[in-house]
Amino acid sequence: MNFELTQERQMLQDSLQRYLRDKYTTETRNAILQSEAGMSEEIWQQLADLGVIAALFAEEQGGFGGAGFDLAVVFEALGRAGVVEPFMETAILAGGLIARLGNPAQQDLLDRLMAGGLQLAFAHGEPTGRYDLTHVATTAHAQDDTILLTGRKAVVFNAERADMLVVSARESGAVDDPEGLSLFLVPKDTPGLGIQGYALLAGGRAAEVTLEQVRLGAQARLGAPGQAAEAITAQIAAACVAQTAETLGAMETACALTKDYLMTRKQFGRPIGSFQALAHRMSDVLIEMEQARSAVINAAGHLEAAPAQRERFVSAAKNLIGRVGRLVAEESIQLHGGIAMTQEYELAHIAKRIVMADHRFGDVDHHLERFIAFSAA
Amino acid sequence: MDLSYSDAEKAFRKEVRQFLDQNLPDDLRDKVRRGKDLGKEGHERWHRILNERGWLAPNWPKKFGGAEWNAVQRHIFEEEAAAASAPRIVPFGLSMLAPVLQKFGSKAQQDHWLPRILSGEDWWCQGYSEPGAGSDLASLKTTAVKEGGHYVVNGQKTWTTLGQHANMIFCLVRTDSAVKQQEGISFLLIDMNSPGVEVRPIVLLDGGAEVNEVWLTDVKVPLENLVGEENKGWTYAKYLLTHERTNIAGVGFSQAGLAAVKRIAAAEMANGRPLIENPHFAARVAQIEIDLMAMATTNLRMISRAAAGTAPGVESSMLKVKGTIIRQAINDLARRAGGVYAMPFASEALEGANDMVPDPLSAGPVAAQYFNNRKLSIFGGSNEIQRSIIAKESLRGGA
Repeated sequence: MNFELTQERQMLQDSLQRYLRDKYTTETRNAILQSEAGMSEEIWQQLADLGVIAALFAEEQGGFGGAGFDLAVVFEALGRAGVVEPFMETAILAGGLIARLGNPAQQDLLDRLMAGGLQLAFAHGEPTGRYDLTHVATTAHAQDDTILLTGRKAVVFNAERADMLVVSARESGAVDDPEGLSLFLVPKDTPGLGIQGYALLAGGRAAEVTLEQVRLGAQARLGAPGQAAEAITAQIAAACVAQTAETLGAMETACALTKDYLMTRKQFGRPIGSFQALAHRMSDVLIEMEQARSAVINAAGHLEAAPAQRERFVSAAKNLIGRVGRLVAEESIQLHGGIAMTQEYELAHIAKRIVMADHRFGDVDHHLERFIAFSAA
Repeated sequence: MDLSYSDAEKAFRKEVRQFLDQNLPDDLRDKVRRGKDLGKEGHERWHRILNERGWLAPNWPKKFGGAEWNAVQRHIFEEEAAAASAPRIVPFGLSMLAPVLQKFGSKAQQDHWLPRILSGEDWWCQGYSEPGAGSDLASLKTTAVKEGGHYVVNGQKTWTTLGQHANMIFCLVRTDSAVKQQEGISFLLIDMNSPGVEVRPIVLLDGGAEVNEVWLTDVKVPLENLVGEENKGWTYAKYLLTHERTNIAGVGFSQAGLAAVKRIAAAEMANGRPLIENPHFAARVAQIEIDLMAMATTNLRMISRAAAGTAPGVESSMLKVKGTIIRQAINDLARRAGGVYAMPFASEALEGANDMVPDPLSAGPVAAQYFNNRKLSIFGGSNEIQRSIIAKESLRGGA
């Protein structure tokens, strides 16, 4: 057993944290949050130049990382600084699926992606699907050399800015059947593709995506027809590792702000952290933080394991981080008092990030049920 | 012991239901159900409607124009109003200032201010907290100095709810710095239109602007706007806070909130079935419902005890702590029920993309409400302060 980061990962973490500490201040983030784009092109490019995107891909894909621990290192740093730029959407989800399933021509996109010159989105979940990964009612009809997509996708992150969307659609089977799912690369200006965007409570933007007889060539398909479910599950597992690491980073920031406030804010003539009722609650939070870090390490360390084992650890982490995240967010706000309710204080954004992370890729209950299923198997 | 409602109480419930059915405007009902801001006009309209019926001030004595309802009547009204999605009654004038004026105000003050509260001529807000005086309210620093037939007030108040709509503010101010903190505080009524009053909005984490900072710079206040005696303000403030808490259990809000959770969970599909049929989610709902059923009776028992003459102290603190825990748990469930559709910043999604967003979200901005209601355990004396009051009374002095 060895809990130290490799030298390469340590260097990546150091340079990323240094950059974000200098550049990604609360004021910078609040300005980005209030901008129409909901992200900064400049920061995106600079982080790409630092190698942040390449660190999320394996060497044979043109990157220099791509393992669970690489994802964890990058996303924990992004979460700690509350970065809202869409690395999850572009690199992990859509980029990861292209890397996993794409033919050589499609793989060529990854070079542009790692250089910072491509934005992507993954349009998968649907309005009645909640967190079910195989619930896809959107259809793909192949006829001769063309494919027609029809359906609707819910809360698609980064859809408005994406140059291309990776869209899931069903070529055969019932609405929740793992068999029959395919993925397609859909350029943003394709006729019939509708994108209605809105801001998200925890920063960034998403959209409702409609597909009305969207006509594609057969070369738009990623991988073999009807066989995408396995790749989707694997890539969502990677997204869960990234998401739990990001939330862990955000929780670290919430704790740091809270500890600081407990020792500086004075009421009744003394720092409020000297009141045992508050001090003990902070202690409970710190105990749970260690558990949270361990859960993320467990999941990251099993991302390359066999699917059944991988999924069990992923669901364990997502469940635990969901529970501890809520505790950390709620206690941080309560221990601060009124100041934490204000938009301009850093904790406001961080707390929203932590809690709303439970609404992506399945919540506490969803992953508890999944954990039970994978444990019984 | 008899848990059934009397015939008179049943008739009262019917009367309330009928009234709400006939008089609650559809647009206000709709806004409440969707968790949207009523605006000043909306609140004022609802107050006018209640006032015309004589039900705007349920806890005021009849001689001041109140309904003088007993605990059970108030409970029935609260339940029915929440079930009908009626707007909340803005409490600052009606249930916070008015009891203080009725008990400690002069005849002239009662005659002048109370009718204006009922008519809606004045919109009151509360000037208690300051940046440096939150839980430790008695350390407040805003000063009032007598000068040429006026008090001259300087300082800063914060967390002033709906202060942007108010024309009057009741303030705790320091009139003597040489004595023990609690013995140098006075209770002043200040016209917000006076020179030197400035209101600045505070944007909250859910994006809403319901609270404000109020800056007071050399504000002249007539001497007759002092309530009761100089330097006795702390006594009046404590009296006011216990009244603030008689409705703080928020049983009606919780009942309405739980009904909303069930509506959302019936519309939201999970694995091909309504979420409400998922055993895990159903268990979460049931657990809160069990707590809420007991809470409703706890609330009634404690209000009845207070009506019998026992001063509310420990009871109101207990109601506040447990009531807010339950309300926040319900907000948490509503957020969970919303699934992926809890993520959009709802005010924009609702205005702009209404027809695009499916049913679950039409129940309201569930995540924004979850974050906004974190305030419940912070304001009006944080739950930690309440626990200290309970411990102090029951471990040492009281019992």
